[in-house]
Amino acid sequence: MKNEYDIIVVGAGPAGSTAARYAAAGGASVLMLEKDRDVGYPVRCGEAVSHEGLVQFIEPNPKFIASTVTRFRLVAPNGKEVVPKLDGVGYVLERRVFDYELAKVAAHHGAEIVTKAYAYDLVKNAGGEACGVKALIKDAKVEIAGKIVIGADGVESRVGKWAGIDTTCHIRDMESCAQMTISGIEVDEDVLDFYFGDNISPGGYLWIFPKGKNTANVGLGISVECAKKKSAIRYLKEFIDRRFPRAAVLTHIAGGVPCAKTCDTIVKNRVLLVGDAAHQVNPTSGGGIISGMIGGMIAGQVAAEAIAKNDLSYLPDYEKRWHKRLGWRHEVFYNIKEGISRFSDDTLNAIADSALKLPEQKRTLAGIFRTALWNQPSLLLDVARVFVS
Amino acid sequence: MIHIVPGKCDFCGCCVGVCPEDAIELLESRISIIDERCTNCRKCVWACPWEVIEFHKEGVKELATDSPIFLNTTA
Repeated sequence: MKNEYDIIVVGAGPAGSTAARYAAAGGASVLMLEKDRDVGYPVRCGEAVSHEGLVQFIEPNPKFIASTVTRFRLVAPNGKEVVPKLDGVGYVLERRVFDYELAKVAAHHGAEIVTKAYAYDLVKNAGGEACGVKALIKDAKVEIAGKIVIGADGVESRVGKWAGIDTTCHIRDMESCAQMTISGIEVDEDVLDFYFGDNISPGGYLWIFPKGKNTANVGLGISVECAKKKSAIRYLKEFIDRRFPRAAVLTHIAGGVPCAKTCDTIVKNRVLLVGDAAHQVNPTSGGGIISGMIGGMIAGQVAAEAIAKNDLSYLPDYEKRWHKRLGWRHEVFYNIKEGISRFSDDTLNAIADSALKLPEQKRTLAGIFRTALWNQPSLLLDVARVFVS
Repeated sequence: MIHIVPGKCDFCGCCVGVCPEDAIELLESRISIIDERCTNCRKCVWACPWEVIEFHKEGVKELATDSPIFLNTTA
């Protein structure tokens, strides 16, 4: 490790590794710091991605794919199941291998990586701009100079705050999550399951994502607003006790997912935020692997271009390109989430009933949405309210 | 006062994500509340998926808590 780099990336998840990869590929000298001793562990993720999202960055490889899925099943509060017709496939990943592979790609392009390296502050110049990172590396405090800092430090991000960016997630938008990877159960290997309902996962959903034969990630997220009364782990334990009473628990994790719009600012004082740190999560689904990697790619490219041009005033371009690529779409998804979260269990049951009356070819997600609106005119008001407000 | 129940935390960071005061310090396997910044708003208590964080009125119950190690480093 040197004591000076063009770009320092804090955090080696998918967004950080992708930022490091594209920054290094663009010719910059790059250091990536990871606070944990391992890249990719512990896994805090449901681990599902789409094929088309994944192949933008890496070829699907059996060593980091636990299951290939072709369908998903939406389960209404009354237990009725709707299986929309889908094009394309998705995967349930082995994140502990996947994150390693992404870090290896970054290293291949020339990025240096240090684990067990906890960034605890920025080094700033007289103008308050970041010009490096203070870190605790294997229990020694060090200062490393960097012209640009990319904060990929996840839901618990503090890098942005140190640069003057408000990354605090409103409790209405933060999903408090718990997940167990359980084995010895019966599970459809090619299906992603989503359960909805106030008694199952209020202000969010419960998922069952298969991980090969007889094993699955079973997890849920509830809005922190709803968690005031009862915590995520209690909801999860109740579901698993009821549904999989004899399951063997292989892992047991907690987590938080910021299902919000992108932070108002993601570039400030020579700091760029990517991934969960920037709230680059699809607010409807809570999925953040691919969108975080897209954020990481754009940030890495813009940072490398700024270094190559020797012009750091170019950095705000990252924010513009992010909004053009995905940020605007996340705003629409956020409004849809707001609308769905207002649906009562009765409304969700009615939507399921309407969807089941559709001929199978028309049972697509858009088809379900449209039918729900026709059969439940009051939904139109809800949706209208969502898009007007 | 906000307290972390010793030995129970999974270090997931959900609490840090909702803390408006940057009053929680989270390392690989260590978490601490920076009491000087904490306003007892309790958002972290609600956010914690595992019920690791508790709010106690003064004197009701005292739990051991790690003291932050980088207090002097941020403004």
